[in-house]
Amino acid sequence: MTVQRADVVIVGGGLMGSATAFFLRQRGQSVILLERDQVGQYASGVNFGNVRRQGRFLGQLELANRSWALWKRLPELIDDDLEFIASGHMRVCYREDEIAELQAYAAAPEAAQLDLQIYRGADLHERFPFLGKDVKGGSYAPHDGHANPRLAAPAFARAARRLGARIEERTEVAEVHKSGDGFGVTTTDGRQFSAAQLLITAGAWGEKLSAQFGEPVPLETNGPQMAVTEPVPYALPTVIGVYTKIPEEVIYFRQIPRGNIIIGGGYRSKPDMLNRRAYVEPRSILNQLEQMRRLVPGIDNLNIIRVWSGIEGYLSDALPVMGRSGNVDGLFYAFGFSGHGFQLGPGVGDVMAELISTGSTSTSIEPFSIRRFASSAEQRSKAS
Amino acid sequence: MATARMNTHRIAIVGAGPAGVRCAETLVAAGFRPILIDENRRDGGQIYRRQPEGFTRSYATLYGTEADKARALHDSFDRLRPQIDYRPDTLVWNLTPGQLCCVSQGVHSTVEYDALILCTGATDRLMPVEGWQLGGTYSLGGAQIALKAQAVSIGHRVVFMGSGPLLYLVASQYVKAGASVAAVLDTSPLGHRLKALPKLMARPGLLFTGLKLLAQLYRAKIPVHLGISPLGVLGEASRGVSGVRVRRANGETLTVACDALALGYHLRPETQLADLAGCRLRFDEASSQWWLDTDAEGRTSVSGVYAAGDGAKVRGADAAEHAGRLVAMALLRDLQQPVEATHLADQQRALKVMDAFRLGLAEAFPWPAEQAGALPDEAIVCRCEMISAGELRRTVSEKGACEVNRAKAFSRVGMGRCQGRYCSQAGAEVIAAAAGIPVQEVGRQRGQAPVKPLSMLTREVTP
Amino acid sequence: MNARFVRLAEQGRPVVRLKVDGEPIEALQGDTLMVALLTHGPALRQSEFDPGSRAGFCLMGACQDCWVWTRGGERLRACSNEVREGLDIITRQPEAIWPLRG
Repeated sequence: MTVQRADVVIVGGGLMGSATAFFLRQRGQSVILLERDQVGQYASGVNFGNVRRQGRFLGQLELANRSWALWKRLPELIDDDLEFIASGHMRVCYREDEIAELQAYAAAPEAAQLDLQIYRGADLHERFPFLGKDVKGGSYAPHDGHANPRLAAPAFARAARRLGARIEERTEVAEVHKSGDGFGVTTTDGRQFSAAQLLITAGAWGEKLSAQFGEPVPLETNGPQMAVTEPVPYALPTVIGVYTKIPEEVIYFRQIPRGNIIIGGGYRSKPDMLNRRAYVEPRSILNQLEQMRRLVPGIDNLNIIRVWSGIEGYLSDALPVMGRSGNVDGLFYAFGFSGHGFQLGPGVGDVMAELISTGSTSTSIEPFSIRRFASSAEQRSKAS
Repeated sequence: MATARMNTHRIAIVGAGPAGVRCAETLVAAGFRPILIDENRRDGGQIYRRQPEGFTRSYATLYGTEADKARALHDSFDRLRPQIDYRPDTLVWNLTPGQLCCVSQGVHSTVEYDALILCTGATDRLMPVEGWQLGGTYSLGGAQIALKAQAVSIGHRVVFMGSGPLLYLVASQYVKAGASVAAVLDTSPLGHRLKALPKLMARPGLLFTGLKLLAQLYRAKIPVHLGISPLGVLGEASRGVSGVRVRRANGETLTVACDALALGYHLRPETQLADLAGCRLRFDEASSQWWLDTDAEGRTSVSGVYAAGDGAKVRGADAAEHAGRLVAMALLRDLQQPVEATHLADQQRALKVMDAFRLGLAEAFPWPAEQAGALPDEAIVCRCEMISAGELRRTVSEKGACEVNRAKAFSRVGMGRCQGRYCSQAGAEVIAAAAGIPVQEVGRQRGQAPVKPLSMLTREVTP
Repeated sequence: MNARFVRLAEQGRPVVRLKVDGEPIEALQGDTLMVALLTHGPALRQSEFDPGSRAGFCLMGACQDCWVWTRGGERLRACSNEVREGLDIITRQPEAIWPLRG
């Protein structure tokens, strides 16, 4: 059987993998992307759809800003706007003392580009009259917004394909290894691929592969809890999320122009990794109803018509693994985006493509290096 | 009789139609006290739906040829009621292993179970027609409920279109009740019925009833056309339906003026709860749709979960009664309880006959799969979201979506309030035709909670 | 009157009074909301995604086509809710009002 070669093999066809495939092709690199199921089927396709910068780890905002610039250019880049609407994003809080925390974030130099505005009291309720009276304050990001996650990775994959990338769905990797100064990949249907460079964008399964290269990371899988209402007249353009330390209170919602209101958060479930399915727990749904009634009292007459979950990968410090391997030349990672990867997708693709094809990137991704887990892994292996 | 210890075995039955009622009756006779959860306010399910209090029509008027069976079922339930834990007006909207999530009047509660018997019944099965989103289009079952439960006709001049025994039953019920029926349009040609005759002879009584209904329609001078192809529902947005256009078997176009259309192609099972419980489904070739995969007695692929009636396998109301008794006996045997051998054998024998008959029905009144590929691009497939056949086909050709859930994610077919009940099967046929693959390979819409829309007012009430 | 449904029997029931789009109508006890509205007019609600209106479909609580609004913002499924004295139903939901109640 002939070995199929490319400059870069990407394992994992979520948003990160398909976006990187696209940008690599733009840079003239040949690409083969291997996806076990269908592009965008897991975390990429089931998340809330927040195209949000505010609230991120401050060291991630440079990457988020780079990504945001690409979101605006999506129609010209991939011929699809992914239903992106820069509708504004509000982080609201139920306690007066939390307003100071929102203010501190807004004042951080890294957040300057976000043009955050703090609202409180009467001003807040005048600008956002649908919010419940328990809401004390909020931070408004005028340029943030939302988009349709189900469309994103497939649209990037189609655009990559149009530029000549090979996207192989229903193709499961059986084994990868370093061979010579490149990598060999064998799939379960017996095909063989090779490339000088290998990118792991396998999401919740990324750790399985990084461990094979001697770089285990503390990744756990979670199922986001999502619900959607019937369509109702479009009245809530702003994406709203609750800023709080109480986990059950952390819910967020967005209304799309068709009228459905998508709700997420509160709890997470444990996915069934054997069957690659995740479920929404009844208590999640009941909690979301209760939280939404508090946040938007006028919502209580609507009906939830569907819930869904999926499989996301979370690192123990809630930051992704991104960048070069610490051990192996030519090996790169971008996985474990811990429930906040959607907005970063185009930026991650652009940065990884830059890194892989030129050897470096102008955007800071050092906080996401896999090496940050190396010493504890060494300690664990020494202890065992 | 069950021992005292056995009496603590918690049995939950979902559905109070013929299957659920006979199941409960059999368990009560064996000394158990099951919980019977009913989405409706009154027992009876769909075909034996009871009229509201204060209505006066006789059983003969309401149920015609089925009057005796309806009365027997209702009487059985009335006797049963004090011996079961009956929860009407209660929707099971979700479940986890061993626990049902219920909602009634906005209050959520849970019901723990050791054994679960799903008797969730069926809905009409629909194939879209161009224009079927116009106001005045109803399902055949809906037209029947209007008459039976509310004593109204769905319109001043009604066309009945589709295929299956229900088409003739409801049309003739309308005629008898004094409604104006403009035509009965059957997509199945006479030849299919003749070919199916040997199988239909398995239940000569039913066959005879069918011929009687046909005779009633002819006597009332209602035009009946066989082997038609639906071309469109006519009308305009503000006033709704004004007519139906079809192609007759001889190739001529026929337009029938009407202000209401009752449309349907037999039934599809309500399998959402079973799906959420993790039960396996199996593609039934004869009816070309996904049924619950149960053994002959009603055990699903999940231990402790059983199913009976049209919600598992569409075999009609009579079969549902037998299957309800049989599944109760299966559970009893699984609990090492005694079961009357001849009673068991009677149900099994009756069901064998009904299995043969329903194969005849499927042959005589086939699901018109080929209509899906023939739908014009402008025809609406998903009424809730107003998604056209053309949009759905584009997800196949432009986005490579050859599977129902994938196509749903891209096209929104199945994302509406009806949760795919009335669009998903036809959508699968459209995808299959566009992709050139068998409809079984296109798969089926994954069941998700809530089983029906759940009000955001729903709350747990702390005791 | 351009009513859609036609009463065939059972007309000797007590009257129940309610309002539809501000107009008083008389229904009969035991009527569903769907029957009450459609024995007086052609439709239950505006469609969301097409210019037409909806008049229900399955009558068994499965299709979810027949939801109506009350003036107070309640959502009621017309086929499975009986008429009550004093109900104030609207068939056309004005934009932007629904989140501001309460």
